[in-house]
Amino acid sequence: MSSAAVQIKPVPSAEAADALLTVNNIEVIYDHVILVLKGVSLHVPLGGIVALLGANGAGKSTTLKAISNLLRAERGEVTKGSVTFEGQRIDGKTPDELVQKGVIQVMEGRHCFEHLTVEENLLTGAYTRKDGRQAIAADLELIYEYFPRLRERRTSQAGYTSGGEQQMCAIGRAMMSRPKIVLLDEPSMGLAPQLVEQIFEIVKLLNEKEGVSFLLAEQNTNVALRYANYGYILENGRVVMDGEAEALRNNEDVKEFYLGLSATGRKSYRDVKQYRRRKRWLG
Amino acid sequence: MFFSWPFFFEVLIGGLLAGVMYSLVALGFVLIFKASGVFNFAQGAMVLFAALTLVGFINMGMPTAVAILITMAVMVALAYSIERVVLRPLVNQPPIILFMATIGITFFIDGFGQTLWGSDVYVLDIGIPTTPLFFGDILVNSFDLVAAAVAGLLVVVLAIFFQKTRVGRALRAVADDHQAAMSVGIPLRVIWVIVWSVAGLVALVAGIMWGSKLGVQFSLVLIALKALPVLILGGFTSIPGAIIGGLMIGAGEKLAEVFIGPFLAGAIEDWFAYMLALVVLLFRPQGLFGEKIIERV
Ligand SMILES: Nc1ncnc2c1ncn2[C@@H]1O[C@H](COP(=O)(O)OP(=O)(O)OP(=O)(O)O)[C@@H](O)[C@H]1O
Ligand SMILES: [Mg+2]
Repeated sequence: MSSAAVQIKPVPSAEAADALLTVNNIEVIYDHVILVLKGVSLHVPLGGIVALLGANGAGKSTTLKAISNLLRAERGEVTKGSVTFEGQRIDGKTPDELVQKGVIQVMEGRHCFEHLTVEENLLTGAYTRKDGRQAIAADLELIYEYFPRLRERRTSQAGYTSGGEQQMCAIGRAMMSRPKIVLLDEPSMGLAPQLVEQIFEIVKLLNEKEGVSFLLAEQNTNVALRYANYGYILENGRVVMDGEAEALRNNEDVKEFYLGLSATGRKSYRDVKQYRRRKRWLG
Repeated sequence: MFFSWPFFFEVLIGGLLAGVMYSLVALGFVLIFKASGVFNFAQGAMVLFAALTLVGFINMGMPTAVAILITMAVMVALAYSIERVVLRPLVNQPPIILFMATIGITFFIDGFGQTLWGSDVYVLDIGIPTTPLFFGDILVNSFDLVAAAVAGLLVVVLAIFFQKTRVGRALRAVADDHQAAMSVGIPLRVIWVIVWSVAGLVALVAGIMWGSKLGVQFSLVLIALKALPVLILGGFTSIPGAIIGGLMIGAGEKLAEVFIGPFLAGAIEDWFAYMLALVVLLFRPQGLFGEKIIERV
């Protein structure tokens, strides 16, 4: 092949070929004027765990929402580029169509249905499924095996469970849709280090045993790069670096800017957003 | 004023049963408000429209049961149109805009209903008995008993629908968190059509009961105004609240009218409900049964 041209950031061609999900040079604009993503491209291979890293406001969540099409409800719009899943264009599909195809997002901040019980939360994840009660009941059992804590709390209102339990509930709920890929937004947010480790262990287990691929947005670079196979670093709406997780972990710049000593202290302020989330009634 | 216990109970029971009728209207408001945060000003108009449509079909010579079924279909079609024409283009707009849109819907439905069916006062008789019954010394109208039974049945059906079915669970999920509901693949457009359809069917039940009692006429729209204090009392998000709120207003205003009215030159019934609502607003703004807001991060 004539692809001998010099590539600054070589993406292993095998990865591009068997990519489950490909994001190709997308641009996202909020409120018709705020340009947030300025051409983001990434691949998630079948069976991979890919980390999307970057500081506050880099555009991680926006990228995930552009894929799951939850953007429209926030007055955001993909104005350029394309998203391909299993070789088919999926940009423009509604979130429920995407969930049926096997693409589901776990939103930043968990977003459990707080007045529903934990079990009811899990069951809402199966809303789009058409394979019958028995299959759903079997999967519920499976989820309880991955998250024994959820079984203990199954009749509690989700709003009264702990942060860790809510994160488990949100991941379990997404798993109930039998996804091929889960877009997982900041699973570590606000959780104690031990719990973060526990959640990532389960993610890894789900990846290995259930064959689910993950694209996870994280500020916790350290943990994310230990569990992911590949990583992309976003800055200001652009991918500034990408590579095998191992390589990124040993990269001097990454060490300095994202794994630095002061990093842990700084990150606890991540809940402070620059923009005010508007309350939305419809959409 | 001569006071006797049997008479007191007669007034109380009469008031409670009248209150059931308010609850029926309030229920429709609660359904839509709970699911979408929209205060549906058009609920009263929907009651009138449902009743007019039903009377129209019956007067065309249809058997009552068939007419009711067709009217149900019309209410679902109305819900579908409202989603398509009004709600969908207004997605993501602030609640006040949606509230204004429902005022628009109100005028449209009022006008449309009357263009279609005329503005006469129609008699609606679907065979509910109105015989007075005596329980000991206490006089009760059998119509009111039927109304109470219907309201009770409606609440049970709604409770089962919300608590035990897949769609009901999805409706509660949407009420809790729109975005999360969308993220798990619950299609909001379908949900809006379902919610407005259920509210439309509740409006039909209210329309049948009120229409049978007062005749089907424009003033049915005004009973929606009585639903407001019921909602303030019961909380905008509570189905049991709508029922109990209605009972309290119904009983309260009748008792006040009969036993306090004579000292105040009467007509307490007209403002008592609003007075009560005001007091509740001062001390418990979420209503007596408003949903507990879970505060935890
Ligand atoms: N609904 C919105 N309207 C306008 N601007 C938005 C909206 N959502 C996000 N933004 C802006 O887009 C940029 C990227 O936000 P995004 O939430 O994608 O960042 P992030 O990388 O996920 O950050 P964090 O780590 O804080 O979650 C930010 O500057 C943010 O202010
Ligand atoms: Mg984010």
